[in-house]
Amino acid sequence: MPIISARGLSKTYRVADKQPGLGGTLRHFFARRSRDVQAVSDVNFTIEPGEIVGFLGPNGAGKTTTLKMLTGLIHPSAGEVEVAGCVPFRRQAGFLRQITLVMGQKQQLIWDLPPLDSLRVNAAVYGIDDSEAKRRIDELAGMLDLGEELTRPVRKLSLGQRMKAELLAALLHRPAVLFLDEPTLGLDVNAQARVREFLADYNRRHGATVLLTSHYMADITALCRRVLLIHQGRLFYDGSLDGLTERLAPHREVRFELRDPPPAAAFASYGTFESQDGQQLRLLVPRSELTATVGRLLADFDVLDLEVSDPPIEEIIGRLFRQGAVS
Amino acid sequence: MRGSRRLRFARGWRIARVLLSTQYAYMLEYRAEIALWALSGVLPLIMLGVWSGSEAAGGLGLSPERLSRYFLSAFVVRQFTIVWLVHVFEEDALQGRLSPYLLQPLHPLWRYLASHLSEQATRLPFVVLIMAIFFLFQPAAFWLPSPGGFLLAVVAIHLAFLLRFLFQTVITMLCFWTERAAALERLLLIPYLFLSGLVAPLEAFPEGVRAFALLTPFPAMLSFPAQLLAGEPVDLAGGLITIGVWAALLLPLALWLWQAGLRRYSAMGA
Repeated sequence: MPIISARGLSKTYRVADKQPGLGGTLRHFFARRSRDVQAVSDVNFTIEPGEIVGFLGPNGAGKTTTLKMLTGLIHPSAGEVEVAGCVPFRRQAGFLRQITLVMGQKQQLIWDLPPLDSLRVNAAVYGIDDSEAKRRIDELAGMLDLGEELTRPVRKLSLGQRMKAELLAALLHRPAVLFLDEPTLGLDVNAQARVREFLADYNRRHGATVLLTSHYMADITALCRRVLLIHQGRLFYDGSLDGLTERLAPHREVRFELRDPPPAAAFASYGTFESQDGQQLRLLVPRSELTATVGRLLADFDVLDLEVSDPPIEEIIGRLFRQGAVS
Repeated sequence: MRGSRRLRFARGWRIARVLLSTQYAYMLEYRAEIALWALSGVLPLIMLGVWSGSEAAGGLGLSPERLSRYFLSAFVVRQFTIVWLVHVFEEDALQGRLSPYLLQPLHPLWRYLASHLSEQATRLPFVVLIMAIFFLFQPAAFWLPSPGGFLLAVVAIHLAFLLRFLFQTVITMLCFWTERAAALERLLLIPYLFLSGLVAPLEAFPEGVRAFALLTPFPAMLSFPAQLLAGEPVDLAGGLITIGVWAALLLPLALWLWQAGLRRYSAMGA
């Protein structure tokens, strides 16, 4: 039985439509105009307990709006949504105890006090007794590699330390469903990797369901076997990450090193020439012709090294959205 | 049944205790700012200066001592009934800080209430200091209220604060419809200033104006507890009933606006 289900989920915002300048301001004052913006349109999906699902899409695609509807922060304009057996926007205490939302750019920790003060408040609000709260804080702090940071004012913490403390605060009540909106935004590579390891570990230990949005494809590829792809408010892919690559990238990337590379035009019959860096070359080759093409390359040139891979997923998705191929 | 009620009470008590102590620690970080706020609330003492030089006070039968005690009491009441909910809520809603509160199983208004009470506790020593300085310059005005009268005044000040908090909660809920609810609050400051007894004791008002003022909630927010604290004769039952009636009107309205507002909430900035 799915723990998250969305059926025909839609959200329309009414936004003011105002032209710049004094004339626009006066016109707007006397004859206010607004227009409807369809942020999310007829989105359908289900997520089973324990899954980690990546939610992908460019800025303004409707990812955050969908997360807000799933957490009950905003009401859908149409459709039905159910999370952990509850209707989110009713915001019943039983529902709120089972979920959490972490937003990379927002914080729930009290800025001028150490994280432990915010954790005390959360423990009281969620009815976790002191000894159990201490046990959970110790466990999560260990997983997140947090120590004396918990007794330092939040404003004195680095972005990475703050994010880890935010995660601790968001998970103290041990939610069954985690909604994570850009949890690694702005973090350095090491901190990103640490947060990813933590999320995978948390999922393994507690069987939590995770719906994750991120602009860092490393987060998605490291954590998610399944992805949802949304564009202009519409869901147009729901399946495995590998399947997405297969469907959206009919080519594979062949990187090879030649002892004496000829001009780029010489590779026209092998595939799409991508780049050359000294002796290193990159070609995109149709999947169906891969074996034959690699054989020809090895036969025709003095190849020092050769590697076949899928193009980076961010490149595939970026190209896809730029080309408008999703419509 | 009784057991679950006891559990709920214990949970509520723990939340209150933790919220108040945490918010108090937070407010202490801003003690210098709060001291300045306390100083900026000396309007009743300025009004005392205005009235002291006026013939009108004598005409109303208000001796200089009674006048001093009234305005000093008004100063104290004002210090402990200041509500800034609309400003902080508006900011939180616009900046997306409200969203995390909405996702926890505790009504966000309890947090704001705890902030106000903690700010009052932080303000207390500064108020005592200002009063001490006042008595240093006006020793004739010094008085000690009876223990019973003082206790009643403390209760009335808290009730007045809760009434103001509730009143401003109604205004604050308009944040869900307009981004400028604080402007409406500033507009309401004018009737509050004139009808609460802040610029003049209610006895100084013409009969008709006084009768009108007493139909509004404003005298219950200042004049009623100030008179109790100053030891002035006061209609205790009338004052308490006024607070009760207005609270009974405002509470359901605030809750209804909250529910209706949440349907419109777009979690801006979050």
